[in-house]
Amino acid sequence: MSELFVASLPYLIALGRCIFAVVFVMQILPMLIWAERKGAAYIQDRPGPNRAHVLGIRAAGLVHTLNDVVKLIMKEDIIPGHVEKRYWAAAPVIAMSVALCTFIVVPFGDNFMGYDLKVSDIDGGLLFVLAATGMGVYGVMLAGWASNNKFSLMGGLRASAQMVSYELSMGLSAVVVFLIAGSVSLSTIAEMQAGVAWNWTVFTPVGFIAFVLFWTAAFAETNRTPFDLPEGEAELVGGYHTEYSSLRFALFFMAEYANMIVASAVTATLFFGGYNTGIVTPAWLREHADWVLVAAAGAVPVLLWFAFEAHKRKQRPFYQALPAGDARLKEPMVFVGIWLGAAVAHLGIGVAGLMGLASKLSLDFATFGMMSGVFESLGMSAETQGTVFGPDLVTAIVGITVLAVKVLFGCWFFIWVRWTVPRFRYDQLMDLGWKRMLPLAIGNVMLAAVWVAVFPTGLLSTFFGSK
Amino acid sequence: MFEAVLFYLFSLVAIVSGVGVVTMRNPIASALSLVVCFFFLAADYVLLDAHFVAVIQILVYAGAIMVLFVFVIMLLNLRHGDHLSFEDIGRRSVVGMGTAGLLAIGLFTALGQLPEILPAAIPADYGTIAYIGRALFEGPYLLPFEAVSALLTVAVVGAVVLAKKEI
Repeated sequence: MSELFVASLPYLIALGRCIFAVVFVMQILPMLIWAERKGAAYIQDRPGPNRAHVLGIRAAGLVHTLNDVVKLIMKEDIIPGHVEKRYWAAAPVIAMSVALCTFIVVPFGDNFMGYDLKVSDIDGGLLFVLAATGMGVYGVMLAGWASNNKFSLMGGLRASAQMVSYELSMGLSAVVVFLIAGSVSLSTIAEMQAGVAWNWTVFTPVGFIAFVLFWTAAFAETNRTPFDLPEGEAELVGGYHTEYSSLRFALFFMAEYANMIVASAVTATLFFGGYNTGIVTPAWLREHADWVLVAAAGAVPVLLWFAFEAHKRKQRPFYQALPAGDARLKEPMVFVGIWLGAAVAHLGIGVAGLMGLASKLSLDFATFGMMSGVFESLGMSAETQGTVFGPDLVTAIVGITVLAVKVLFGCWFFIWVRWTVPRFRYDQLMDLGWKRMLPLAIGNVMLAAVWVAVFPTGLLSTFFGSK
Repeated sequence: MFEAVLFYLFSLVAIVSGVGVVTMRNPIASALSLVVCFFFLAADYVLLDAHFVAVIQILVYAGAIMVLFVFVIMLLNLRHGDHLSFEDIGRRSVVGMGTAGLLAIGLFTALGQLPEILPAAIPADYGTIAYIGRALFEGPYLLPFEAVSALLTVAVVGAVVLAKKEI
């Protein structure tokens, strides 16, 4: 291993973390646009997007998202003559970059070979998230103002007033979690909720009230229905992004979804244990890494059932009516292939786990090739490499998966509410924010102080233990 | 060395944008350059290991107070036609420079009387939330801190009295 590589390793790790955080958000983003459309269709009892295809494969409407991207890139970038160009161009960039950088304090796992599984360990922790969402207002505000258009300005004004109002309730409900955890660092908050699910903050009375307030405020902060007055299309054409087209519009669009992902991730970490499974502690996962691998094989029957169901699609009238040679006839078999492939992969993981149980050797990935050099440079002997790297990798993957599942559920909740609850009137929105949520949040903080003094380890944990 | 380069870079941007606040004619541009100034001041705080102060600087000043400023400017909708006027510039600049000069003299006098702090005397948790919390609530700054909070309460009550015609 060259000296230069070892010297630059910390920077490479930092870069890797940044890339991972951005990729995590950017991977979920197109899926969310698909989920939004399919979710809307599901709630409104219609099939939803199902026309676009690649070589005849429609992938349940996923190809529409791809088409969207191509469309938005190919569109003409129109700069209206009446806008304040510099600020107008800066607005979508601010919106998107702020949305992405909020993610850096969310932990993905307790640690991986001694490194924190998050981008940066800022002492401010959640305060950084609040500060960054506060900066997000500028994107929307500038867009509204620089568009030089009454409707856009109205949208921008509404957005800023709304975000400033709900930030207070959001911050105060986060204070409750700070009190319970005794820290503002999201890593410490997640660690405190390790183990069984009743350690989660949401399962305390004050935590539950705080969660409801925080989650409601998160809807207002992300400008999602029922708080989407800044872009209320019935009154304001498109609100603050009326004058934007092409990729600039796409940036606003993506920023909204990125904000949803970040809000879900932060809520999951504050109230639902973050990367914790809610069943066992990360330490237990480390110790029983082989068993976790074996348990992964438990998904095999489910995946096989999915494959069987996909195979049955062939019998549907739609496919029966297609002429011979139509590319769409291949669709069911593609799905069968995907599910079978996943099943084989899970079986492989299970077998690896069994081998590990038998020989205690299979997790020794680290001795493969150049990786061992990296670990030696970090001061690990050949013996400890396998015992640290393998279980840590399993724990990290479990943590990331659990967090991703919680984030996806949160995002689905956003979509669910969007197609269920109608939009507020503006005075109702301000009424809710200032006269109802804020007093409740302040009262809840006082209640939380009493609660923490009476039950320092939580009510259920006091009676049932915390492991 | 690296920190020094960053310090001069951040400070330069902060000063340039600070000058921009008073020289820009567009009120929104002025307000935004003040936001940029706050941002790079926060970066300087990070270099001083004052992470908490940096985050609060962005959260409170850039995130809340300046949003309110920009909000009001947008609400009044100041545009090209009604830029801030620069009439009577001679007298105003003399008064401004005089005040700035007095402030500078005060600052440099205060800086000259600072005791020398050795790096070793700085505790490990310097700048963390716990450290600041202890300094404010247990340490020597309890009385000033409470006095400031009383002042803020007075300001809030005053604002309500001024804004509401009937109480």
